[in-house]
Amino acid sequence: MSRIALTSRDMAMKQVRRRYVPVGSTVAAIMIVLLPVVLNAPLIPDFGYLFLVAWRLLRPEMWTARTALPLGFLSDLVSGHPVGLSMALWTMTFLILDFIESRAVFRDYWLDWLLASLLILFYTAGSWFVARLMGSQAAFGVLWPQIALSILFYPVVARIVVALDRWRLTR
Amino acid sequence: MAPPSQRRPGFSRRAQYGFFLGYVVAIGGVLVSLLLVIAAIADPQGFSALRGAALDLTSPVTSGGRSTIGFFTGGADSIGSYFNAASQNTELKRQLKASRQRVIEARAIEFDNRRLKALLKLTRETPDEIVTARIVGSTWDASRRLGTLSAGGSDGVRNGQPVRAPEGLIGRVIETGRLASRVLLITDGASSVPVQLVRDGTPALATGRGDGTIELKTIEVGESPFKKGDIVVTSGVGGIYPPRVPVAIVISAGRDVTIARPLADPARIDYAIVQHVYEPAAAQPINASEAARLGDGQ
Repeated sequence: MSRIALTSRDMAMKQVRRRYVPVGSTVAAIMIVLLPVVLNAPLIPDFGYLFLVAWRLLRPEMWTARTALPLGFLSDLVSGHPVGLSMALWTMTFLILDFIESRAVFRDYWLDWLLASLLILFYTAGSWFVARLMGSQAAFGVLWPQIALSILFYPVVARIVVALDRWRLTR
Repeated sequence: MAPPSQRRPGFSRRAQYGFFLGYVVAIGGVLVSLLLVIAAIADPQGFSALRGAALDLTSPVTSGGRSTIGFFTGGADSIGSYFNAASQNTELKRQLKASRQRVIEARAIEFDNRRLKALLKLTRETPDEIVTARIVGSTWDASRRLGTLSAGGSDGVRNGQPVRAPEGLIGRVIETGRLASRVLLITDGASSVPVQLVRDGTPALATGRGDGTIELKTIEVGESPFKKGDIVVTSGVGGIYPPRVPVAIVISAGRDVTIARPLADPARIDYAIVQHVYEPAAAQPINASEAARLGDGQ
């Protein structure tokens, strides 16, 4: 409660927590791909993107559009996309959200979910299109299970992000 | 309720310029990344050093955990076997009896084969193995099916080399680091393997569908020769994959589309074998002067 009781080291720790929990948790979510699971069909959502969108919708004032560039770069390197794919799509996501927020009349939980769903669709379709340009013959139809699962997972991720945010801001 | 706009930079000129500059950087970043993607489409080997380094840095995490996963799935399997022991025993005895006959037949055929080959003086390049490694992970993202292999350039793995398991073909190497490499699985949409039907040798192409299955396309137009349960093996055409490696088993043969399931499931196999490119000349790019000479000759 009282700040006086805290040492300067504790204060510094709190500062670090305040500042780096959002980026840190997003990086951790990007790293989930490294889990030793071999999948034959696209099913598991891209948690890095879900975390990024959830943080962005929760705390718009914290993120600038260019923050997505290095995060996307990391995601590209870790998950084996062509370099530049997530960088472009994630930054575009932030720009789209900036645009929508400058115009939106109201926001609530359901609207956030709808926005996130559309963005998931945009991201998946974008990466599918690039894969297509790179010679993949996979039909878009095989992606629907993953898209559906991502959309259903979004509220879970949003809960986790809210909990992290609360922990980040506790005194 | 309209949320208060917290992004307004206020009336300060300096803050407004900074705000504007942020967007310039972001949009510039998008354009640069799109250029990078286009470069990657034109030349998939771009950034190979960087991507290889990333692969090396992350592979210990992946390979370390893989054994844990194997322990748990293996444990579940052995508990299941314990309960089914009696019925499994009779079943296995029956199978053993059947397969003993098969072995005798196969031995006779093998002997025949050797004799005929000696007659023909067939010299075939033996595709010896380079390294045996484990498939330790895969991409999770939507449209590509790439596996991570726990062996890289330091073990002699190079781009383009075929990867197989005892059960069948897995794919081929498309990206190498020092310690790990990435494999284009045969279920990926960009993978296309020349195969033939074991039963009668009909040539076909096995193209991945991206959802864990493979589509078989015949080269000749006409009635589909595939039946449910048919097995296809590599034909060796194209010179990358060695011939007679099992590839897939047909699970549904329709009028237009034939779907097959790969025989080697990367999620279950323990070890993968990296082999040399079957005909090394096939992996080389066509020499420019050679191409020009061929062009002049015609």
